[in-house]
Amino acid sequence: MTELNSSVDALRNEFGDKIGEAYVSCGDTVVFIDSEDALDIFRWLRDAPDQSYDYLIDVTAVEHRDLSRPLEVVYFLWSLERKVQLCVKIALPKTGELAVDSVVSIWRGADWLERETYDMFGIEFRGHPDHRRILMWETYAEGYPLRKDFPLRGRFSRSEQVRQALHANPEAHYSLEVLEIADALGDLPEDMKERLARGERGVVPKAEETDDNG
Amino acid sequence: MGVAPTGDVGSGGGQSNLSQPSPNWIVTSLDWLVNWSRANSLWPMPFGTACCAIEFMATAAARYDLSRFGMERMGYSPRQADMLLCAGRVPFKLAPVLRRIYDQMPQPKWVISMGACASTGGIFDTYAMTQGIDTVIPVDVYVPGCPPRPEGLLYAIMLLHKKIRGETMLDSEIRDEHPLAPGALRMPLADVDELSKGFGSSVHQERSG
Repeated sequence: MTELNSSVDALRNEFGDKIGEAYVSCGDTVVFIDSEDALDIFRWLRDAPDQSYDYLIDVTAVEHRDLSRPLEVVYFLWSLERKVQLCVKIALPKTGELAVDSVVSIWRGADWLERETYDMFGIEFRGHPDHRRILMWETYAEGYPLRKDFPLRGRFSRSEQVRQALHANPEAHYSLEVLEIADALGDLPEDMKERLARGERGVVPKAEETDDNG
Repeated sequence: MGVAPTGDVGSGGGQSNLSQPSPNWIVTSLDWLVNWSRANSLWPMPFGTACCAIEFMATAAARYDLSRFGMERMGYSPRQADMLLCAGRVPFKLAPVLRRIYDQMPQPKWVISMGACASTGGIFDTYAMTQGIDTVIPVDVYVPGCPPRPEGLLYAIMLLHKKIRGETMLDSEIRDEHPLAPGALRMPLADVDELSKGFGSSVHQERSG
């Protein structure tokens, strides 16, 4: 399999120069698309009868060791009907805003995948229904662990890391967003209001002494 | 058991008060009985997070047979357990959970830290991992190994029995509870950093960005 997937030609016919470079890597077709028109292109890829990419396998991102190269958001698509794969990439230059449109409205399964990509790379997914961290706890303040400029052991000293981790509330089951929405709708029980007021996910107070945080 | 200087409790020379108790034969006999029963019916609360838990299961199963030590009753509720057995790596996200579980256990309680990861962070010297659960809760026995064989865990359990048999009710502080506030470290900042230094820690690493 060294030939491009037929979807690439179809994409070029449909969207012209919004479709960027395309190549075959290890038998997989990879195609770059424009971030502004991504939603239209994805919707077309799912809905066009001869494409029907109805399954989103994964959403992730790549940062290259060459720090001047743009970040890439990667979407692995699969057509259950045609049994064809397509890898779609969006390049995000680091000078600009690290944000793309969320595809949750197209593939419902993108929800947690996009949250994980946001958690690990700090890429914002505009229009995501529940845009918050998923693996790291929500008060995590050290940045985005899979970025190349993130030190392996984190940015804070170990003691500060333990201290911040212990401030998380292990019994918080509702996101602050959910609580805030319920509060705005006047639909929040008193105990929930109290939990919201005192910082449900735990509040990390300032450290008493300055740590060697670099 | 030594022979106590006075024959009975509380009235020994009129001076044997609570602040300066001396072991007599009643205390030591009671100690022996209490410690014997505690040591031989430890109810473990298995906090298994990784591959060490598999070895723990092997220890509990027929070949190694924890019930020889009166431990076959796993307390999956911390409120009905004597011994927290932390088997596996504990990420920072799990640290408050582990602390909460430890705080929920009634006295008397002991902790075994099983395996390299629970004891020191092991190979996971990363942004996400506690470098030893002793930065979060007190630990009685550490078991080295990655993962330890069941014999290693059994040895740790026997060490814990030995420790329990050495306890005395005259030590009034031994069962004192000092629950920490949320977010409070149980040791000074510098000690946590020192404990985490084994494989190089964030305090000393090369920083970028």
